[in-house]
Amino acid sequence: MFVAAGLTILVTMALALIRALLGPTVYDRILAVNMFGTKTVLLIAVFGFLTGRPDFLDIALAYTLINFIAIIAVLKFFEYGDLSRAGRSRAKRVRR
Amino acid sequence: MTESVIDIVSWMCLVAGGLFGIVGGIGVLRLPDFFTRLHGAGLTDTLCAALILLGLMLQAGLTLTTVKLILILVFLFFTSPTATHALAKAALHGKLKPVLAAKESKRSNI
Repeated sequence: MFVAAGLTILVTMALALIRALLGPTVYDRILAVNMFGTKTVLLIAVFGFLTGRPDFLDIALAYTLINFIAIIAVLKFFEYGDLSRAGRSRAKRVRR
Repeated sequence: MTESVIDIVSWMCLVAGGLFGIVGGIGVLRLPDFFTRLHGAGLTDTLCAALILLGLMLQAGLTLTTVKLILILVFLFFTSPTATHALAKAALHGKLKPVLAAKESKRSNI
């Protein structure tokens, strides 16, 4: 049964990967990569149970946080074109 | 007896989670524009992840493994809506317009 769950997760990852390659805009690609990362976490968890060694869950836990930080950083880069700039509301305050 | 019931429930959770994942993946691939694709990705991020992790929790029983699975679930429940919100905000800020139906776009033109 873990094999079936792992296979469905792999199919979902393949679909997300096709969207990441096709994606007309950069946001479609980021969305697909975010989904791919979430499914990777699930795949690591299921694979740990499949092999009878649930120690992989620590890696899955770390991967959740790394994935989130990476998505937010990439989004900020594409929204402002720069990682070192402050957000919009603060920039307005500085201008005044 | 109870063990087999827990087994059946956890298998149902795993299979349902996998089905929701495939449905969300097809949605991400087939839906017409970016903002509708966000909906498909949100489905896989919440329902698929929650059901699969719940099925694994039922298999693990009351151990440290379950605590780690609950931690993963809590982090996913906080981070994936935040990431979806940031994506939608960045797309709107980047001048990406949602595709509307013919009637809706006429109304917005008036």
